[in-house]
Amino acid sequence: MSLFNVFNVSGSALNAETVRLNTTASNLANAETVNGDATKIYRARHPVFQSLMDTSDPFAESEGASSGVRVLGIVESTVPPLQRYAPENPLANKDGYVFASNVNPIEEMTNMISANRAFATNVDVINTARDLLLKTISMGH
Amino acid sequence: MFDNLFGIHEQALLLHGQRLGVLATNLANADTPNYKARDIDFSAVLAGTDDGAPLPLQVTQEGHINLQSGSTPAVDLKYRNPYQAALDGNTVEMPVEQAAFAENNVRYQASLTFINMRIADMQLAIAGQ
Repeated sequence: MSLFNVFNVSGSALNAETVRLNTTASNLANAETVNGDATKIYRARHPVFQSLMDTSDPFAESEGASSGVRVLGIVESTVPPLQRYAPENPLANKDGYVFASNVNPIEEMTNMISANRAFATNVDVINTARDLLLKTISMGH
Repeated sequence: MFDNLFGIHEQALLLHGQRLGVLATNLANADTPNYKARDIDFSAVLAGTDDGAPLPLQVTQEGHINLQSGSTPAVDLKYRNPYQAALDGNTVEMPVEQAAFAENNVRYQASLTFINMRIADMQLAIAGQ
């Protein structure tokens, strides 16, 4: 596997972390939404990552090194929503209750920091690989 | 004379390049459930590339393929022993991987520097000045 493959691997990780940041943004934006129907509330979404083997590389099996990461899917949180008595809310059901989304802002913030760090690390990796490649190209000069 | 111009550094450069890819994969999968961090046992691979390595296949006929020329040393990937594995089965530990990555980076550049100096030496010898 060549040094160039690092760009594919780390690039896929950047993509996956971007999806994670996107879901976090979506979750935080909808954290305060309510609905009169408990089945129609906004549920916190989280991506599930899976390691990705590069099957186009015939040496992938023997060297086992060329695998990036991809987003396998997005799962919705099953935490039960909070019920709140708010009869003045136009969305309230006939008993005067609204159901809040089950987003946990603290969880989302820590998730965001983690995604941020992972993103920065992968950018670092790409920059390092690029520097090394450029130095290798100029070998002997 | 020119067969072994760069000594061990030619192989070392290739190996460090491969290790960079392995470590990049570990860092990319830092949040992947059940991903197991891997690494190259560097000294073991490099030990197989020196003079004590198995002798090259003898090429006695034209049609024989010279397996030794330009081939990279066989790389044996091993799983890393985590200090504390995550609950989701992931064994990537960021500080460990980042330290290994930084070390590998320096070693790659060191090999590159040695090769560059060797080239400069040869150019000096050819120019004869």
